[in-house]
Amino acid sequence: MRAPLHEYDLQPLDLRLLNDFQHDFPLDPRPFRRIAARLGIDEAEVLERLRRLQASGHISRVGAVLRARRVGMSTLAAMRVPEERLEEVAAIVNAIPEVNHNYEREHAFNLWFVVTARSAARLAEVIALIEAHTGLSVCSMPMEEDFHIDLGFQIHG
Amino acid sequence: MLDEREQRLVAGFQNGFPLVERPFEAIGQAIGLDEADVLDGLRMLKEKEIIKRIGVVVHHHELGYHANAMVVWDVPDARTREIGERIRATGLVSLCYLRRRCPPHWPYNLYCMIHGRDREETAQRAELITQGCDMQSCAREILFSRRRFKQCGARYF
Repeated sequence: MRAPLHEYDLQPLDLRLLNDFQHDFPLDPRPFRRIAARLGIDEAEVLERLRRLQASGHISRVGAVLRARRVGMSTLAAMRVPEERLEEVAAIVNAIPEVNHNYEREHAFNLWFVVTARSAARLAEVIALIEAHTGLSVCSMPMEEDFHIDLGFQIHG
Repeated sequence: MLDEREQRLVAGFQNGFPLVERPFEAIGQAIGLDEADVLDGLRMLKEKEIIKRIGVVVHHHELGYHANAMVVWDVPDARTREIGERIRATGLVSLCYLRRRCPPHWPYNLYCMIHGRDREETAQRAELITQGCDMQSCAREILFSRRRFKQCGARYF
């Protein structure tokens, strides 16, 4: 087992994998071979490095980012959770498969999460479930417009 | 909304592509499609703009963006489009959404995610956006992220 990667030991090739392939992933039967050719390394090394970057938490995944509103229903939800219950409530929220982001933020509304479901009915069901399981109310702010900014990130070593 | 075949495809790749030589073949096997069908399906979803982008999805925090904030404004409904366009043009934010307000607790309708290396940089960017897009008269708040309890791709099906 290799030690987990940290910011300071990302190698130039890791940085290129992180920076240069956030868009336009090759839709080819052997996409990692195409990436390898661009980097001048072999396919196995690309896969190995991506696996390490995923294991170390630098990469969430390699895949497609969807426009939530085109696929199902999505909302941003916020709760005011008493400090001493925050971890317990966060765990209840996390356990729901329809929740894909869940953050603590510095505010009276201190727990913020995104719920995405196949239908408006299911979305309402999930919110009601969270309220029932936690005894706290949930503020729901459904998306009305996405200004479609998606810059990706420039990462420096 | 998606048809049955599109739903099947999204279900196949929503957790990310497997890091193997032929990821689209592997996805196809799981959902009963050929590799070529999966590739065509992805191209089609991209074409229809249901897929925003395909590639490496990074975790900001692990990459040195430690001061991430959600910045919210209460923007007059008549100005939302104009402001959205101007924010996009600043190049300072990674996501920008309009959401339904949740009165009386939550009067804000415009949301930006700002990722910075420290709080000062993030707060400065929020201020630049406020000034640059003529939002000085709009109520606003900056909510720094504390703990991330969950971040994964949306699971719809």
